[in-house]
Amino acid sequence: MQDGVILAAEDLTKEFKGFYAVEGVSLNVRKGQIHALIGPNGAGKTTCFNLLTKFLSPTRGRITYKGQDITAMSPADIARLGLVRSFQISAVFPHLTALENVRIALQRQRGDSFDFWRSQKVLSQFDDRARELLADVGLAQFETTLAGDLPYGRKRALEIATTLALDPEMLLLDEPMAGMGHEDVDRIAALIKRISADRTILMVEHNLSVVASLSDTITVLARGKVLAEGDYATVSKDPRVVEAYIGAGHG
Amino acid sequence: MTAAIETQSGIAGQQARAGMPAHHAAIFIGLLAAGLVAPFLLYPVFVMKVLCFALFACAFNLLLGYGGLLSFGHAAYFGGAAYVSAHAAKVWGFPPELAILSGVVASAILGTVFGALAIRRQGIYFAMVTLAFAQMVFFFSLQAPFTGGEDGIQAVPRGNLFGVLSLRSDFSLYFVVLAIFLGGLLLIYRIIHSPFGQVLKAIRENEPRAISLGYRTNRYKLAVFVLSATLAGLAGATKAIVFQLASLTDVHWSMSGEVVLMTLIGGMGTVFGPIVGAAVIVTMQNYLATMGAWVTVIQGCIFVICVLLFREGVVGVLARWLKKPL
Ligand SMILES: Nc1ncnc2c1ncn2[C@@H]1O[C@H](COP(=O)(O)OP(=O)(O)OP(=O)(O)O)[C@@H](O)[C@H]1O
Ligand SMILES: [Mg+2]
Repeated sequence: MQDGVILAAEDLTKEFKGFYAVEGVSLNVRKGQIHALIGPNGAGKTTCFNLLTKFLSPTRGRITYKGQDITAMSPADIARLGLVRSFQISAVFPHLTALENVRIALQRQRGDSFDFWRSQKVLSQFDDRARELLADVGLAQFETTLAGDLPYGRKRALEIATTLALDPEMLLLDEPMAGMGHEDVDRIAALIKRISADRTILMVEHNLSVVASLSDTITVLARGKVLAEGDYATVSKDPRVVEAYIGAGHG
Repeated sequence: MTAAIETQSGIAGQQARAGMPAHHAAIFIGLLAAGLVAPFLLYPVFVMKVLCFALFACAFNLLLGYGGLLSFGHAAYFGGAAYVSAHAAKVWGFPPELAILSGVVASAILGTVFGALAIRRQGIYFAMVTLAFAQMVFFFSLQAPFTGGEDGIQAVPRGNLFGVLSLRSDFSLYFVVLAIFLGGLLLIYRIIHSPFGQVLKAIRENEPRAISLGYRTNRYKLAVFVLSATLAGLAGATKAIVFQLASLTDVHWSMSGEVVLMTLIGGMGTVFGPIVGAAVIVTMQNYLATMGAWVTVIQGCIFVICVLLFREGVVGVLARWLKKPL
């Protein structure tokens, strides 16, 4: 393991029937950093996330987390190692309340919940922690609201609270601020900054001002390949990056 | 379809801390009271039939409404258990409680094996695999030497409960069946409102998200499949003792279809809906029996009307009006 690297991918490749969505991507995420993965639409960012968390199996390549080869692991087991992802499309449990959503994650502390003979009263031990987490993302007053009834931005916030409930060592956030209003973006950006104090974060984000202000390292992906890597100043000056973004219709 | 049912689950969650929410407790007491007076007003065998099918539908709904898994082969567990308990009572001379237990164990084993293979598939493929297994059970029942082929196993002795209480009279048997039904229903209620049930709902709502939180979702799906198959077996085994008969009808694919119908009419994903659905279908079959094949046509029409007009089922619609999960 390279010094300080918590998550590493080597030659990561995913082929969909002849189309390479991700090709030969090598990525080193350093412990404690906020690492951003950016790139135009269809660059392969989400596919990368799916590969790193094994929601997709790579055609080729190797993934190591904290020095352990996780290439052959199941996604649930990877989550159990403390490498937890969020989804680009809002992923809440719509017919459960906001509190219950967060509690599903907190419930993992009990290990497996196969105890079908026990009353769910035992879960109320997690209520206080769940309320704290909801308050952290500005959802305190939505505790009893069904997740499906929350506005989009709030759903994203709820997802972050749910992810944080696992207290993961490393988070993979796929566009955590997409669809949020200004106020929410600022609050979530501050939250990400705060939680990054003792965690590593790999984040896909289109909001470049957020990326600029938050990330220590940026990897630019285009057409499935790594185009550039470095801090914001370096990456934003790279002519290939500018071209890729303009070529894809971004400003 | 479950939207309306869970609308108030936050409130329900709060009440759950103090035990069952009051309106659920009231329904259970109402069911008990109705169950106790029913044999004095109605033909006991008819009510027992309703209770057996209601338990079957509730077991099926545990899988469909709460696990989000549509099985098209639940007759395998219902009918399989019926054959085993009928055989145990008639050939092995088991008392009724042990005969029923044998059927339940058989369906649990069958559910474990079939479930483990079926849950590897998703959606319609899952349904097709369960149907295929159920057809295997059907052809086995048709051919195997101990199932009696076209005749089934007839004249199954009801025996003496725990060796003492004779169940020959419909009346005494009735209260045993009522106890089995209420016990089964309470167990299903508890499963739904347990830490396990909570994870189950999460998987039903968004499986990838549940996985990303570290839940090995296939194990939960298998667990609920086995629980559902086992409880369906309890219903089938009890039915075999009540009617003193296990036959090909019990393992036929149309039986698998009927339980889907009962659940949808009553309201899938509601605790009490399948009971209403079972009562409606069994009543129709009984009172329209003289109309022969028309019963099937009428059933089909009711189904179509249900799907078109109120997809949430009778109890689902009621729950939406009352703004309370039922
Ligand atoms: N399951 C799949 N089968 C076939 N092609 C796929 C599949 N998933 C993704 N792709 C393709 O791979 C490419 C990369 O997709 P991906 O979702 O990773 O992009 P992205 O960088 O996340 O884009 P966006 O910014 O729009 O979210 C796209 O061209 C997409 O159409
Ligand atoms: Mg994406």
